[in-house]
Amino acid sequence: MSDQNPKELNEERRKLLIATGGVSALGAAAFVTPMVASFAPSVKAKAGGAPVEVDIAALKPGEQIVTEWRGKPVWVVRRTEEMTAKLSAHNNDLADPKSEKPYSMPLPEYCNNEFRCRPEHKDVMVMVGVCTHLGCSPEGKFKEGGGGSLPEAWPGGYLCPCHGSTFDLAGRVFKNKPAPQNLDVPPYMFVSDTKIIIGKDEKGEA
Amino acid sequence: MADYNPNTETTGLIGWIDQRFPLTKMFKEHMSEYYAPKNFNFWYIFGVLSMVVLAIQILTGIFLVMNYKPDASLNSAGVPVAFASVEYIMREVSGGKYLRFMHSTGASAFFIVVYLHMFRGLLYGSYRKPRELVWIFGCLIFLALMAEAFMGYLLPWGQMSFWGAQVIVNLFSTIPLIGPDLSVFIRGDFVVGDATLNRFFSFHVIAVPLVLIGLVVAHIIALHEVGSNNPDGVEIKALKDASGKPLDGIPFHPYYSVHDFFGIAVFLFLFFAVVFFWPTGGGYFLEDNNYLQANSMQTPVHIAPVWYFTPFYTMLRAVTDPLRYIFVALALLAGVMAYLRGNMPQKSKIKVLAGAVILALLLLIWKSAFVGFLIMGAAIVVLFFLPWLDKSPVKSMRYRPSWHMGLLICFVINFLILGYLGVKPPSPVGGYVAQVGTLIYFGFFLLMPWWTSVGEFKQPPERVTFKPH
Repeated sequence: MSDQNPKELNEERRKLLIATGGVSALGAAAFVTPMVASFAPSVKAKAGGAPVEVDIAALKPGEQIVTEWRGKPVWVVRRTEEMTAKLSAHNNDLADPKSEKPYSMPLPEYCNNEFRCRPEHKDVMVMVGVCTHLGCSPEGKFKEGGGGSLPEAWPGGYLCPCHGSTFDLAGRVFKNKPAPQNLDVPPYMFVSDTKIIIGKDEKGEA
Repeated sequence: MADYNPNTETTGLIGWIDQRFPLTKMFKEHMSEYYAPKNFNFWYIFGVLSMVVLAIQILTGIFLVMNYKPDASLNSAGVPVAFASVEYIMREVSGGKYLRFMHSTGASAFFIVVYLHMFRGLLYGSYRKPRELVWIFGCLIFLALMAEAFMGYLLPWGQMSFWGAQVIVNLFSTIPLIGPDLSVFIRGDFVVGDATLNRFFSFHVIAVPLVLIGLVVAHIIALHEVGSNNPDGVEIKALKDASGKPLDGIPFHPYYSVHDFFGIAVFLFLFFAVVFFWPTGGGYFLEDNNYLQANSMQTPVHIAPVWYFTPFYTMLRAVTDPLRYIFVALALLAGVMAYLRGNMPQKSKIKVLAGAVILALLLLIWKSAFVGFLIMGAAIVVLFFLPWLDKSPVKSMRYRPSWHMGLLICFVINFLILGYLGVKPPSPVGGYVAQVGTLIYFGFFLLMPWWTSVGEFKQPPERVTFKPH
């Protein structure tokens, strides 16, 4: 041992050192694995955030059902053809007609169109029913025309009872209202023509 | 024992210890024979004050944990257990109110003294060679402190705790590709919930404080290795007397320990005035909305981070498409300028230009929200590079052109304006001011290699300026 020149490179020692270092690194990685893994949502949390299946067979045009996903109300509306046709007519009255400012989740790419829904089923609108102002749940006011606190030229949509924010039938907020952003659209997909699943799409669960 | 060394100067109990542990040696190295420049001024109190606040935070924290419960589930009265336990500390634990107010005031006080401590560094060039590592350890402390404060703020489980964490964790979801999964990973759930509260609690009470203490030790060891800077920016180790002591140095203990005790006493007067009479700090130290329990179904009217984060938060908010395009243009301009005017080999020039073009392209592709997140991060990361950005031939502002001082004052005012805008709800005018402010902030640092080398510099004296009193 001590008779060797310490400055001289000892190939054998170097190899053993590398091998020891490598094995130690593997051990360290194995040790850290459960710690890192524990950061992912637990089975309980995953169950709480699981996608929700909704049967829309009985949903008639102009009607809405409310379901719950991740502790929030989610609306599923079947819009009439007239309703979807008129969606672009009031773009000038909207704060963010193209949905460029998402609220708490990004707009799914397949909903980035004038109907804010899957283009192959543009009658079915899915959105999170939580007002982007203070989190109240707006009420459906689907009938056209004013009355009450609604403007004369009301195209049909939602009114938030708390502070009067109004949204159209694609969940887009009208200008000069307290709510700053459009309603969230969750990821969703059709499992069949009459069944949709909320919180899951082709890319996997949200 | 063969290595037994009876030749210590000390006797008795201390002597017994010194033969087994370098107690006297360490005391001499860091206190009674640590020579600090004799011309320290007012600005040199904030380092020791931040240690005092750290001690206050650790001590009060230990006792708060004895009654606090990190549990987001609702109790029989429908109140989250965590929120209720803070109320319990406030109302029913003897002295609990003062423990909590010391801890909450300590958080703001920590940032006040650390910001002033950092300003001192900028003023006298304390980050310059050979103190680069002192500065870098300091920046890491600042970073750890921000993490500590952010995670601690979630624990009372009030509305601001909840929504502040919600907004900040959602920032990570703007990262392309991995963002959404990463934010779920950080929260441990799809919304900020019990899992998030518990992991933040663990980080806040053990992980980050351990790192923080380690960094403080490293900061001080590095400082004592190279010696303290001073308002003149003169290296006192350059001139030593026959016994090897710096001519302009005085032992830290007792000369500066006495100064520091006085400073600490004044600080504690102010600190406890706030603790006893103004604990909410006008809604800035403890935000009004945080007296409401966390409610995931109801967003507060206006979510503002605590004041010490707001300058960085404003820069995050300032990045909208127009500012992003300005950054694209600036990246390209910097690349072209480096290519045309840079003083480096042709190969490096091409590399720099290519890097600038790639950066510009990425800035074009990425969404503003993510670029804002990057800008906020860059605002902190740029601090680490300060020792190499400053090319001034002298350290201290005293011997630099007076307009350098003017620029530093502008930078500080700009930082305060950014901070002010961050506590206010977004407004169109404020938005423009924030964008200009963001450009000024980065301009100050990134143009530093240029502006710090321009102007008439005075020759610093050989010895420090000192008037006995």
